[in-house]
Amino acid sequence: MTTKISEVKLPSIDELVEGIAKGSMTAVEAVRLCFSRIDEEDATIHAFLSLDREGALTRAREIDAKAAAGETLPALAGVPMGIKDVLVVDGQPATAGSKILEGYRPPYTATAVKRLIDAGAVLLGKLNCDEFAMGSSNENSAYGPVRNPYATDRVPGGSSGGSAAAVAAGMAVATLGTDTGGSIRQPASFCGVVGVLPTYGRVSRYGLIAFASSLDRVGPFATTVRDAAKVLGVIAGHDPMDATSSTEPVPDYLAEIDKGVTGLRLGVPPEYFGEGLEPEVRAAVEATIERLRAAGAEIVPVSLPHTRYAVPTYYVIATAEASANLARFDGVRYGYRAANTPTLAGMYHCSREGGFGAEVKRRILLGTYVLSAGYYDAYYKKAQQVRRLLTEDFLKAFDEADAILTPTAPTPAFKLGEKTDDPMAMYLADIYTVTANLAGICGMSVPCGESRSGLPIGLQILGRHFGESTVFRVGQVVERR
Amino acid sequence: MAENERVAAEDVRRVAELANLELTAEEEIRMERDLNAILGYVAQLNELDTAAITPMAQVSDVLDGGEAVNASLREDRIVPSLDRQRVMACAPETDGVFFKVPKVIER
Repeated sequence: MTTKISEVKLPSIDELVEGIAKGSMTAVEAVRLCFSRIDEEDATIHAFLSLDREGALTRAREIDAKAAAGETLPALAGVPMGIKDVLVVDGQPATAGSKILEGYRPPYTATAVKRLIDAGAVLLGKLNCDEFAMGSSNENSAYGPVRNPYATDRVPGGSSGGSAAAVAAGMAVATLGTDTGGSIRQPASFCGVVGVLPTYGRVSRYGLIAFASSLDRVGPFATTVRDAAKVLGVIAGHDPMDATSSTEPVPDYLAEIDKGVTGLRLGVPPEYFGEGLEPEVRAAVEATIERLRAAGAEIVPVSLPHTRYAVPTYYVIATAEASANLARFDGVRYGYRAANTPTLAGMYHCSREGGFGAEVKRRILLGTYVLSAGYYDAYYKKAQQVRRLLTEDFLKAFDEADAILTPTAPTPAFKLGEKTDDPMAMYLADIYTVTANLAGICGMSVPCGESRSGLPIGLQILGRHFGESTVFRVGQVVERR
Repeated sequence: MAENERVAAEDVRRVAELANLELTAEEEIRMERDLNAILGYVAQLNELDTAAITPMAQVSDVLDGGEAVNASLREDRIVPSLDRQRVMACAPETDGVFFKVPKVIER
């Protein structure tokens, strides 16, 4: 690292859009600044898998021309952004961090990305991630790991490690990631940035390379709560191309963001403060809860009694859905096909064997096993039943509380290689995040402190279904230190 | 999921066959070990009596008013689909109209 992370500062979305409109800044300058940061840092961090320098500059020039002509600029005009490589962008590579999609250039654009483009955002490139978003450290990327900008011997978290690291290192103003079991919130926590898990159905999944369709979400990373809220406002809303996307109207997330926490009941569940929580993380989170109390919130105890069953439930449901979703990668329509296979069945087997990495194979096998004859009721149906119990825990808790506060992850960023030989240890990195995916509720990780060695610590704020506005209000107070 | 039921090497091979995966001998050993570790952990779900609980497949199952699935289905109307040439260009082997694959029937 040539520059200390704390010294890196890109303009906020508001500063940038206003600056471009007034002529005190240009979109081209903003994009060049990001590319110069990428050139300086990304050989080490490895957040980006592909860049679209020419496309980004062309787009930035268009925005600048509009500003010069006095046209009203859209919400994200000239904002340099990066996209996790599991979302497709017409004509750009889309690897999902996997060899099996090497060389694939999709002929269409994901709805969330299309909405960014329509709002004037400038896309810098595609961001590194765990293969098919399966992982908690970004070490499962077939293209090599991402390193944490705060300490390059540590992981950035995963699976959206590139999306979190790019924002933390000042290489993009905001990014999109995806979260199936914590893949936005946990890397946001590890990299000291804001990461939002929108309610299930809030953001269209059209154009997202599916991992577990009943759990997958698309959401933003940014350096501030306000920027994240702004991006969510752009990408949220019903999409006819995703039958699970909600018709619930999208509120103005900025309307009440500065309202403070006075009068809000914030729940604290003891189940999220038990064994395995590192003392430094506990201290930072508890100090933040006290700060929120001092700011006028009523802190109330809530109980989420089935919490300990969340990770096993998640790994049955997520892998079952993954085994079905990943059946489409067969060497026929796109991506890698093994050479010299005389039969169709042999071609399927060899293409998948050569194209998928170890963790993806592990999850396909587990998912196929729990769905196979004789095991379906014992595993898959059982997990779906416990999923309901976990969800009802939250529904009851939200009768008592307007939002719930927990640590995002039990530890700060761990070292590269520390958990790669033990899948169970890696899965437990998601212990505080998976339940929100199972229940469909929204949440956010917001920086709330640092460990003694300077590693970021995140507070997780969980909200009711479609309760993002409340989550942002709380986050805004946490951020103002 | 009986507590002491273990996944054997032949189970791993059977599941790999179902999933169209061809594992190396080394991978088989590793996967057998990992699957047993993960399923052993999953077995704790047996502590819960769920006989009376309706399985939850989708988040919409628990939302008030049901976010009725039909309400979000789009109108059944013909709209242009993706451009064939661009789609076929993504394929490993094609004649421009069809995807080409190796022989389907073995003889």
